[in-house]
Amino acid sequence: MSRPRSGWLLPVSLLLALLLGLVPLPGLLQPLRPYWLALVLAYWLLEAPHRVGMGAAFALGLLADLAFGGLLGEQALRLVVLAFILDRFRARLRFFPMSQQALAVGVLLLNDRVINAVIHVVMGVPQLPWAYWLTPLLGMLLWPPLRLLLDALRLRRRG
Amino acid sequence: MPSHAGSPAARPGEVAGVLRLLAFLILATALMVLDYRGGWLHALRARAEAAVQPLWWLAGQPARVGTALRENAVTRAQLAADNARLRQALLLTAARNARLRTAAAENARLRGLLDSAERARLDVQLAGVLDIDLDPTRQRLLLDAGSSGGVRVGQPVIDAGGLMGQVIATTPTTATVLLVTDPDHVVPVMVARSGVRLVVYGTGRSDALLLADVPLSADVRRGDQLLTSGLGDRFPPGFTVGTVGTLRADDSRAFLEADVTPAAQLDRGRDVLLLRGYRAPLAMAGANAPAPAGKQVRP
Repeated sequence: MSRPRSGWLLPVSLLLALLLGLVPLPGLLQPLRPYWLALVLAYWLLEAPHRVGMGAAFALGLLADLAFGGLLGEQALRLVVLAFILDRFRARLRFFPMSQQALAVGVLLLNDRVINAVIHVVMGVPQLPWAYWLTPLLGMLLWPPLRLLLDALRLRRRG
Repeated sequence: MPSHAGSPAARPGEVAGVLRLLAFLILATALMVLDYRGGWLHALRARAEAAVQPLWWLAGQPARVGTALRENAVTRAQLAADNARLRQALLLTAARNARLRTAAAENARLRGLLDSAERARLDVQLAGVLDIDLDPTRQRLLLDAGSSGGVRVGQPVIDAGGLMGQVIATTPTTATVLLVTDPDHVVPVMVARSGVRLVVYGTGRSDALLLADVPLSADVRRGDQLLTSGLGDRFPPGFTVGTVGTLRADDSRAFLEADVTPAAQLDRGRDVLLLRGYRAPLAMAGANAPAPAGKQVRP
């Protein structure tokens, strides 16, 4: 009953996350760009598992790969792994206090970085600069406000 | 994990999840490998990228708006600066313009005066200098006006500064001028201050004339202006010839002599003036009676 009303938020937030990943940044800030797509997707994986799963993550990853011009399937793989892990620990994560949840998201993003690095090594693609390892930290810091914002939007719609 | 994995019903789900993960991983890896190796995926990729083009456009929008805003602001600031600068320049130009207008008015007034004065006394013809001969023994000019233009032998030649010389030969289209500095040239002069009559000789140097045969008692000083005296009927009276330099005793010790700096710019300028008004009455005078020439001489 409530789903159709909050239906727009999910695609719109994912699209926005995709766009935020594409917005041109000055070269120096480029490594500090948080992985918005993973953050928003993580939120929806936690809060609306009936609507987004590994399939959605895979499709979104493919779209992002196309949009970012990266190796096709790279982000798809990373997001699928993210989706799998979140699916596994959803029950626990949902009831973590915010700080622990943020920490968990940070670890997830770090794991994502590791997967990314592994893919690059295996595929023989050049590694990203070391500064990119900072993005999980930034994502962790961004998680609480992002979650509160999306919660507010979703619940207000529902209410 | 299996020890407290919950109800047994969860297990099939978990297994299914792992299987799905594996499937997706294999699919993604396959895609990556295919993409990395190139091949048929490229065409597909190109088409798909065309489809995500709007995404790029959207993502670029904020930056574009930002750039536009910044440019706008910069342009506004620049415009303001330009405006201030141009306003100042306008003020300056207006002031300068006013001064120029004053100068132009004054110029017109003076020109009117000069014109009437010249018309009363002088009839001149402008002639261009074709060739200059400043050899020590031959100080000549060749003018681009000749007998067909009304130039006659004997006509005095002046410039803005003073006397330059006289016409000594003409062809239909050219005229030769003997400069006052030619060694063969002699000008009867008088000292503007005291009226003492003297004679100035050419020296062959275009920057010097010689004032010779000055009596020891003559009232001549350094810095005196020398004007044509009008004696000899060759040059009209009253034209500046030069300025007296330091006086010294000549070789005979009975007279003084001095260098004179010519007033005319003999070695410069592209145009000279041929005096007409003065010679015309003389020519007629020569035909009738010497009386007018005498009148001319007296002042």
